Amino acid sequence: MLDESPRFKDAVDKMVEHTQLSSWESVQLSRRLGRPGAMTFINLICDSFMELHGDRFYGDDPAMVGGIGLVDGQAVTFIGNRKGANLRENVRYNYGMSNPEGYRKALRLARQAEKFGRPIVCFIDTPGAYPGLGSEERGIGEAIAQNLKAFSTLKTPILVFIIGEGGSGGALGIGVGDKLYMLEHAVYSVITPEGFASILLRDPSKAAEAAEAMKMTAHHLREFGVIHDIIEEGSAEETAACIKAIIVRDLAVLCSKPHTHLVRYRIRKIRGIGEVSGIAKTWWKPLLGVFGKTESLS
Amino acid sequence: MAELCSVCGHTVTVDELRICPSCGHYFPLSPEQRIALIADEGSFVEMEGSMQSVNPISLAGYEEKLKESQKKSALTDAVTIGSCTIEGEAAIVAVMAFSFMGGSMGSVVGEKITQAILEGALNHCAVILFTASGGARMQEGIFSLMQMAKTASAAALLEETRTPLFIVLTNPTTGGVTASFAMLGDVILAEPGAVIGFAGPRVIEGTIGEQLPQGFQRAEFQLERGFVDAIVERKHLKKTLSFLIKTHKGREVSHVG
Ligand SMILES: [Zn+2]
Repeated sequence: MLDESPRFKDAVDKMVEHTQLSSWESVQLSRRLGRPGAMTFINLICDSFMELHGDRFYGDDPAMVGGIGLVDGQAVTFIGNRKGANLRENVRYNYGMSNPEGYRKALRLARQAEKFGRPIVCFIDTPGAYPGLGSEERGIGEAIAQNLKAFSTLKTPILVFIIGEGGSGGALGIGVGDKLYMLEHAVYSVITPEGFASILLRDPSKAAEAAEAMKMTAHHLREFGVIHDIIEEGSAEETAACIKAIIVRDLAVLCSKPHTHLVRYRIRKIRGIGEVSGIAKTWWKPLLGVFGKTESLS
Repeated sequence: MAELCSVCGHTVTVDELRICPSCGHYFPLSPEQRIALIADEGSFVEMEGSMQSVNPISLAGYEEKLKESQKKSALTDAVTIGSCTIEGEAAIVAVMAFSFMGGSMGSVVGEKITQAILEGALNHCAVILFTASGGARMQEGIFSLMQMAKTASAAALLEETRTPLFIVLTNPTTGGVTASFAMLGDVILAEPGAVIGFAGPRVIEGTIGEQLPQGFQRAEFQLERGFVDAIVERKHLKKTLSFLIKTHKGREVSHVG
């Protein structure tokens, strides 16, 4: 068990004391060393948890944790980015940046969950997928793409919690689900503010300005309808209790729905995101019928 | 018309295949040129040609940037979609334009790619997507990221109808396009020499602190690593696509009912 919570809470209290946080302060808090991570929440939420390793192709990616936990007696598959609680662990877990095998392990465990009727809970906390030689050689793009496709039609409920940094495709690779929540100081964006600043503002030192312009905080994303709700942060224990209450509440509803309804709802929701001028939004909907059909065939 | 080749530096005259006669470099094709190369003459009917971007995160300067790009390219956004026949075989095609804001995928590109895929699914008609993109359109913030999920979920839907998805990766295809629909084809083709990858070369070099090996992330490298089915020369592209459509008619699963 990691005991980072009291110090972290002090830091949050200090920053929140006077005024509402700026986007850049949220970015800094979301990355702060010692912020409760996926393992902290898994341990606090589960009665017991068993980690499962490996993608069955190449190796095991420690930056992606996966396994089965019992939440008030209900079996749930957990998948999460793992950063570690101190510098030594950060290095061991590659600062939460996964290689392809991390995404392929996540997919294997998600399919296993589907097969055995377990719902899935994902914890997002990564600056992004690992941009390295081996990662490219083993097809990081392909691995993420397969997850987006597979998770969008997985016949089991999926809850996603962004608990720290939600960085780009590396976050989205375990981020397609039925309901998406963010901790209040978590962020979610298509690129880091530093990247945005150096590419679009042509000045890497303008990251704070970029963070504001990118609208990447939980409050912005709720306004955009990208996330369902914001979870207030307290101590690790308090936050974990809130997350657990949401898991129990949502799964009670989602697990009672026919899988075909879940998938249709999920696809409709994903389909609806985006802002363009004048499109017909309904002509394609008869296609959703394929999900009813496929299930009765199998 | 003589043009400067960016690879060998020679000033050359190219035919409709737009390949440098001096070094073999593939010049980029505009959507119009690409369609002329593969579609039967006069068969292409554009879909959603007037769809326009809005400014979803109200980013200063984005609208001006769009207008400027539209003026420069005579395109409305970075992808053109429509239906056509290829040696008599019906297909839905989408052609991305790197010349329009680096082929970046925002809401319009995501929506049009999605519509192309769903149109194919609805009519059980092969879908062919030509990619050319630097990745997500950062100017649209989180909405650009979500287009990855949207296009990938459309590909999942297409799969349920047993309708084929063919991808042709052209130079360059990177970032969020690689990590979504570009890697989801039943058959994935690439043009010779095309750069194909997720992270950009400079980002990787920054991470590993050294120069990338020769040919890293090129089509030939991806073929060797198993991520591309075949590298196809432009002169064979039309014939190859019609062969693929003919050989993927398989069994039809109706979505009605
Ligand atoms: Zn040349």
